[in-house]
Amino acid sequence: MSGAGLMLARSLATLAAGALFGFGLSVSGMIRPEVVLSFLHFSDFGLMLVMGGAVLVVLLTYKLAPRLLARPLLGDHFQAHPSAWNRDTAVGAALFGVGWGLCGVCPGPAIASLGAGNWDLLWALAGIALGALVQGLRARA
Amino acid sequence: MTLSSLFPHGWQHYLLGGVLIGAGTALLFVLTGRIGGMSTVFSSSWSFVVRRAFFQQARFVDSRGWRLVYAAGLILGALVWWLGFAGGVREATAVPAWQLLVGGFFVGYGARLGNGCTSGHGICGLGSLQLPSLLAVLTFMATAFLTANLAARWLA
Repeated sequence: MSGAGLMLARSLATLAAGALFGFGLSVSGMIRPEVVLSFLHFSDFGLMLVMGGAVLVVLLTYKLAPRLLARPLLGDHFQAHPSAWNRDTAVGAALFGVGWGLCGVCPGPAIASLGAGNWDLLWALAGIALGALVQGLRARA
Repeated sequence: MTLSSLFPHGWQHYLLGGVLIGAGTALLFVLTGRIGGMSTVFSSSWSFVVRRAFFQQARFVDSRGWRLVYAAGLILGALVWWLGFAGGVREATAVPAWQLLVGGFFVGYGARLGNGCTSGHGICGLGSLQLPSLLAVLTFMATAFLTANLAARWLA
């Protein structure tokens, strides 16, 4: 495949993967803040099944794909994103939870809900974008 | 405790949706090798307009294109569901705008400071068996439970 053709194929693959993700968020009700909040209020444990189902599929894929394939079908190598446990991760996760508990919206659903005509969540989307901006402006670069 | 008390609205769509979310993340990995957390797009996209060195890091500039495409895919997938499976009735929420905005601010600030959200630490991090991500998930679940229940008591 030519360079430009490969670039296009990669973009389409990324779009399709995102679409599957967004479709799943919608099917599972995660684009509704009320569903997330009902989990956080212990009245509906569905979110555990959503997380569990997603983690299981990803766990198998992250384990098996690098063993079965020399490289991704449209890429040159399998990437890794090591996470670290430090003060920033701890404080960041704690603040993320405070925000999530207050509004019931996390980054994926904030984006996906636009596709379902939920303009209310533009407030959350704007908040997330602002929060990310302020974090970057305060960070040591 | 019965199944219907844990899942008063049924459980099948939750599991199916979760598997589909995982399949999207898995497809991205198998086809492109990319790790598809969702919160980084909120930092990488600022690199288009903010010159500050933090936003001009290679990890943001080099991935900002595909991350926006991935985000567009999210919207497309929800649109297909909305038009094809949900009758096109516009989604709405009763959560007040100020709560969405303020909560969103903490979600964005916290996810970027902590390098991950429900998909980055939750799905990708747990999916690659990383202990720091498990600790992050337990931390945000704890503060989310606390905040949601206090908010329900004080704000309702």
